Amino acid sequence: MSKFKKKKGGDLPAISTASLPDIVFMLLFFFMVATVMRDNSTMVENKLPSATEIEKLKKDRTMFIYAGKPSSQYKQFGTEGRIQINDSFVDLDAIQPAVYEYIGTLPEELKDRVVVALKVDENTNAGIVSDVKQELREANALKIMYVTGQKKEE
Amino acid sequence: MAKRAAPEVNAGSMADIAFLLLIFFLVTTTIEKDKGILRSLPPIDDSQTEPPIIKQKNLFTILVNRDDRLLVEEEEMDIKDLRQAAIDFLDNGGGVNPEGESCDYCRGKKDPESSDHPDKAIITLKHDRETTYGRYIEVQNELVAAYNFLREREAQRIFNRSFASMLEEKEKNQFNKDEKLNADIQRIKDMYPMKLSEAEPDKS
Repeated sequence: MSKFKKKKGGDLPAISTASLPDIVFMLLFFFMVATVMRDNSTMVENKLPSATEIEKLKKDRTMFIYAGKPSSQYKQFGTEGRIQINDSFVDLDAIQPAVYEYIGTLPEELKDRVVVALKVDENTNAGIVSDVKQELREANALKIMYVTGQKKEE
Repeated sequence: MAKRAAPEVNAGSMADIAFLLLIFFLVTTTIEKDKGILRSLPPIDDSQTEPPIIKQKNLFTILVNRDDRLLVEEEEMDIKDLRQAAIDFLDNGGGVNPEGESCDYCRGKKDPESSDHPDKAIITLKHDRETTYGRYIEVQNELVAAYNFLREREAQRIFNRSFASMLEEKEKNQFNKDEKLNADIQRIKDMYPMKLSEAEPDKS
């Protein structure tokens, strides 16, 4: 006559999976929001060189300049290295106005910390890079970053 | 009219559909983080002052030709030896700095034929217009690595922590400045100031 009767059958109750879709949807929305579809397509070949001594880039104050050979669907622009800013090929003398324009869009506290990131194809001639750097010096945007991949240390 | 109960929709496969979408977005998401070598350009100097005379022994000249070969101090060198050569040059400490102090933290050979003091040691890099950018970055990387190696060594010796961790901490509190940390970082930087000059490639 014990108070504690053994339950009949030791079956565990089935775990309810009703909230599983909710959890999965939550994750789904997170990844949907976090996914950035590339906002600008590169019109130049862009195989970055790799290096070991690298630092992180701060996206909030960075302007990108691409350079390299025009990629296959832009063959009509020749095979010489070209500079791309935003979504078009530009000449050297368009760099300075582009830099000023970008600085103008930055919030006040970042205006003097602007970084110019150079995404240059590794097979390009270094001459074009030094031309770009000269223009940046004249625009007084002195912090530059050579964007590279991470090289595996052997 | 008979009232019919709406049949219940089976929501069991909802999880499967959601999983499918989830996996798709998981695979396509690239949380992209650009990294690279940070360098500062020299400001444009319009003044007509004579550049100071620098002794040849305080200059470490690197030339990269159009075939991507290196000429370091008038000898051909392989890229993998460049880092050590740069460290040896910077760390030589064979003489005194402009204030007349000798380099008491240098551990180099104290060769009087090489650089006097890290303060005076200058690396100059000149490349051809036709040098590939990949090789140019390799050279830059080795030189930055040489400076980082020496700064790291001094940070370990003086503060018993890595220089990289100091910079990281500074970055974390960038809007509330820690004066002591900044001073420490500056002290290490002043021990091995990055004097890396780049010559304009010849126009041809």
